[in-house]
Amino acid sequence: MSLIRLRNIARRYEMGGETVHALRDVSLDLERGEYVAIMGPSGSGKSTLMNVLGCLDTPSAGTYELNGTDVSEMDDNELADIRNREIGFVFQTFNLLPRSTALRNVELPLIYAGLPSHERHEIARESLSKVGLADRMTHRPNEMSGGQRQRVAVARALVNSPSIILADEPTGNLDSKTGAEILALFDALSRQGNTIIVVTHEEEVARHARRILRIRDGLIAADERTERATESAAV
Amino acid sequence: MNFRSELSESLSIAFDAIRANKLRSSLATLGIVIGVVTVTLMGTAITGLNNAFRSSISQLGTDVLYVQKFDWGPDRDWWRIRNRRDITLADARRAAREITLGRGVSIEANRTSTVSYRDKTARGVWTIGNTEESAVVRGLVVKEGRFFSAAEVDGARPVCVIGADVASRLFPYESPLTKMVRIEGQPFVVIGVIDKMGQFLFGNLDNQIIVPITKFISDLAWRPDVTITVKVGDERLLDDAAEQVRGVMRKIRRVPPGVEDDFGINRQQILLDTFNRIGGMIASAGLFITGLSLFVGGIGVMNIMYVSVVERTREIGIRKAIGARRRTIMVQFLFEAAGICLAGGVIALVVAFPLTLLIGRFLPATLGWQVASIALLVSIVTGLVAGFLPARRASLLNPVDALRAE
Repeated sequence: MSLIRLRNIARRYEMGGETVHALRDVSLDLERGEYVAIMGPSGSGKSTLMNVLGCLDTPSAGTYELNGTDVSEMDDNELADIRNREIGFVFQTFNLLPRSTALRNVELPLIYAGLPSHERHEIARESLSKVGLADRMTHRPNEMSGGQRQRVAVARALVNSPSIILADEPTGNLDSKTGAEILALFDALSRQGNTIIVVTHEEEVARHARRILRIRDGLIAADERTERATESAAV
Repeated sequence: MNFRSELSESLSIAFDAIRANKLRSSLATLGIVIGVVTVTLMGTAITGLNNAFRSSISQLGTDVLYVQKFDWGPDRDWWRIRNRRDITLADARRAAREITLGRGVSIEANRTSTVSYRDKTARGVWTIGNTEESAVVRGLVVKEGRFFSAAEVDGARPVCVIGADVASRLFPYESPLTKMVRIEGQPFVVIGVIDKMGQFLFGNLDNQIIVPITKFISDLAWRPDVTITVKVGDERLLDDAAEQVRGVMRKIRRVPPGVEDDFGINRQQILLDTFNRIGGMIASAGLFITGLSLFVGGIGVMNIMYVSVVERTREIGIRKAIGARRRTIMVQFLFEAAGICLAGGVIALVVAFPLTLLIGRFLPATLGWQVASIALLVSIVTGLVAGFLPARRASLLNPVDALRAE
């Protein structure tokens, strides 16, 4: 059974009396352990697809099964639980809570999962160590570099052992060197069996994935398998 | 998500948020402080006045009947009562003889007058005509000398018993006993001094001078309206005694059967009832008006909370993206609003306490734990009410839009 199963997904918005078809008809299967890049120019619908995949948005039509559960008809609170359990987000702008320490940021999903504090601390520490930030636990986002911030975000995404890691332009706000570090981290996570979806418009970023979905005008225009060109460079 | 970790998380978020916006939070708090202070002070003044009035009324005694021309009850026809015949001394003396239930009957008439001794003068002294039984009925304690006797009342002797304040004013350095004072120019010999009694309603019981009622009527007042005070001695017999008094009075005053009483039989309870009604009205009006200032404070908090929600839209988006439910977001903002208001309530009590002490110098005022806990409760409720709409708006934000916010 596929981890993700989209069937005839459409998403329409009403904008000033005009209907915008962000997604027209998308069907897609993703298996556990895949590393996929979603590419497309702005306005192609790739952000909308990411929002639907991340359970941040619900489709106007079609069905979405995640891990065997139909999530396309769920209400806000049920979706919040699904996001908490199944999805780890990594955003272009990091989206850390600015006044909280790295540890506290990473703990947040566990708080919403209802774990007692001593367990939370332990798991969050472990997750931060995994991304190489064992010595930055008590730092606040403004005391860290962009690369470190993004690694905190990755640690936060990993902390609940989600089914999918969903990254939206994860290197967009980083210089090429730190960007490469983050991509190497993703490669490593992929090798450990994590399912990763990266939304990007950069070919170099997409080349790290094993599969590339090209979106155009709300449709999947191409579905390509890649040779992992950077396999040997992985950390 | 379990409830305890949700609460502690919301509490720490709320605390952080308040701390991060110190100036704004303290301005919002100020509105609540002013609101709670005024409400608390009003509550304090109301309870103070209540207590003072009750303790004053309790001096009337729960076991005493006051037979007078007037009724104390509020809803009687004033003009009819005014046209009733006065109760004369002759009526009263006959009643005193015929009333058998109860421990004693006192007859009383009063006026204010000027009392002098040599070169010292006391004005506005509450001058009372009494009988020999009055000392027992009114619970007067004679500290020095004695109360007047039946013979002195019957003979209308020029003797008087003076209150503690009158004594200290006219006789600062000597014993008043056997001295001659003048009441409205008439000579009276002081035969006794009454122990300190304190305040009654808005009068001073120690500023009194008591003379035999016979002498009072012949020298100090012409045919005054008198009060017959019956000390029943046992609260449970009050109704029986009132019935007997009524029969006696109707007979004496020749009220034909079927005609309503032309006198009133009053007791403490009537005053209490009246007071409770009027006091309740004044209290609600006062609390309503001061409550408006708390309301304005609440609007301030609501405003701040709306600003806070808009400002933290992105944070709300992040929290929602990683699994915060609507209720979690809602509780977070409600806690923030309630926290601001609770802080306001605590500060308000700290401010109100010394103010109460200050007011206590002029008016009976006490800041009890009831008023204090109600004030805190009211501030929390204000916070929850003021925070509700902003918190709801936050909880309903769509995560996609919220994440896109700057």
